[in-house]
Amino acid sequence: MTTSTPAVAGWFTEGDDPRLLASRCTTCGTLVFPPPPADAATFCRNPVCDGDTHEPAELSRTGRVWSYTDAQYQPPAPYVPTTDPFEPFALAAVELPEGLVVLGQVADGYGVGHLKVGAEVELVVETLYSDDSGDRTIWRWKPVVELGEETEQ
Amino acid sequence: MSKQVAVAGVGMHPWGKWGRPFVEYGVHAARAALADSGVAWSDVDFVVGGETVRNGYAGYVAGSTFASALGWNGARIATSYAACATGAQALDTARARILAGLSEVALVVGADTTPKGFLAPNAGERWTDPDWLRFKLLGMTNPAYFALYARRRMDLYGATSEDFAQVKVKNARHGLDNPYARFRKESSVADVLASPIVSDPLHLLDICATSDGAAAVVLTSLDYAKRHGLGGTEGPVRVAAISTVTPTFPNTVIDMPLLSTDHAAGGAPEHTFKESIALAAYEEAGIGPEDVDVAEVYDLSTALELDWIEDLGLCKKGEAEVLLRAGDTTIGGRIPVNPSGGLACFGEAVPAQALAQVCELTWQLRGQATGRQVEGAKVGITANQGLFGHGSSVLLAR
Repeated sequence: MTTSTPAVAGWFTEGDDPRLLASRCTTCGTLVFPPPPADAATFCRNPVCDGDTHEPAELSRTGRVWSYTDAQYQPPAPYVPTTDPFEPFALAAVELPEGLVVLGQVADGYGVGHLKVGAEVELVVETLYSDDSGDRTIWRWKPVVELGEETEQ
Repeated sequence: MSKQVAVAGVGMHPWGKWGRPFVEYGVHAARAALADSGVAWSDVDFVVGGETVRNGYAGYVAGSTFASALGWNGARIATSYAACATGAQALDTARARILAGLSEVALVVGADTTPKGFLAPNAGERWTDPDWLRFKLLGMTNPAYFALYARRRMDLYGATSEDFAQVKVKNARHGLDNPYARFRKESSVADVLASPIVSDPLHLLDICATSDGAAAVVLTSLDYAKRHGLGGTEGPVRVAAISTVTPTFPNTVIDMPLLSTDHAAGGAPEHTFKESIALAAYEEAGIGPEDVDVAEVYDLSTALELDWIEDLGLCKKGEAEVLLRAGDTTIGGRIPVNPSGGLACFGEAVPAQALAQVCELTWQLRGQATGRQVEGAKVGITANQGLFGHGSSVLLAR
């Protein structure tokens, strides 16, 4: 039986409507992603706020591409390659409505040819690699193909 | 004038992949800078070493490493770490002590021996280290960050792969006769476009290598320079400004090695981090971009050189390609950029690189940059940015 757990705990939710989990300053509302570890001391990043408590906050699932690229050579460790030979994957920086740009890999099956600065993408959760505990998942950005624009991919 | 110090001497060890201990390069550069200045090592009362934190280096790349290798002379020491801006921060430390009247002659040294290939993070399970997490969770290398910036230029400003290649062609030509450059070979646009894509849209020849190298600068008070007749009848090259500002919240341009920008609830600030680095330098010197004759900028990628031209205010946003295509940034043009050949010809030796930029501009302002001289250059500016909110800009004037 295969189990599936996030490659990193507490950074995103899974299921049908997955979301990134930021931390929100309970004093001024400033969001931070990735969220600090639960047991870490946290001081608000906003220089005019002296808040030091925060709560989890789900970020919007869709955003617009700030920029994008790919990795055509296998990155060095601790990157975990999943294929041999290495298969290139795409990366995108995505501007969310809250006012943060968040990096992520692009969903399986999509490359730079499917992306454009300003295009809409949505968050999905996919397997990043597998280890002794089973599949380890990660958030990814998936291009939103508008109706009438579907291709044969 | 009272806020200025003199660049009494500069020296470098040629960049390359020599595989020797970094101390050898540093001492070579230091001795060259001392010889260039005419100042005796025994007269140096302050030594600042540029440090890099990688591969277990931290702690043993230090001001004392170089001071010891040159033979203990009783000088005070300091050590700087500021990623790619290390050299400029070391210079700023030296300048501050001189301007405070606590030192008269400072030697600043940066040297590095680099590993091959992609710069990788420290080993181990480092779940709170963003530099480790970006590789573990995203496979996000340095060139991938450079590629994000490059792609934005294409999609927003209409830059082309040919434009990026043209930056390499220009810099390769600039550095052909530079005795300190590692790569001294012409490149054509076709060469760049035929090299493999590393991270779309950047080709291998769009991206700088990592190199071994060292650079050193001797700074003195203006009074010391005058008393000892340094710099001849024209006087020495002077440091007019050193900016090492951090970002201002919210930083809305994603920076290596982070996974996200700051949260800009109220929209983006007036200036980006890179723009603010240059603005602080101009403000400190009391001059503006229109006064600059030559620039040495951190072309980690060809496309980044175009970003820097705008960040330094040498043209408006989105217009750097216009300057490039018109030949304005070529030696002989309106505002030559990277006459040394830049990182394209050097490769990056992190703690030495910001000092190498200062060495080049010093030679340019003295009229000693044989084979790559920007005629009549009186004011030069450097710029770079590194990890973790580090960046710098140095303004030199003569």
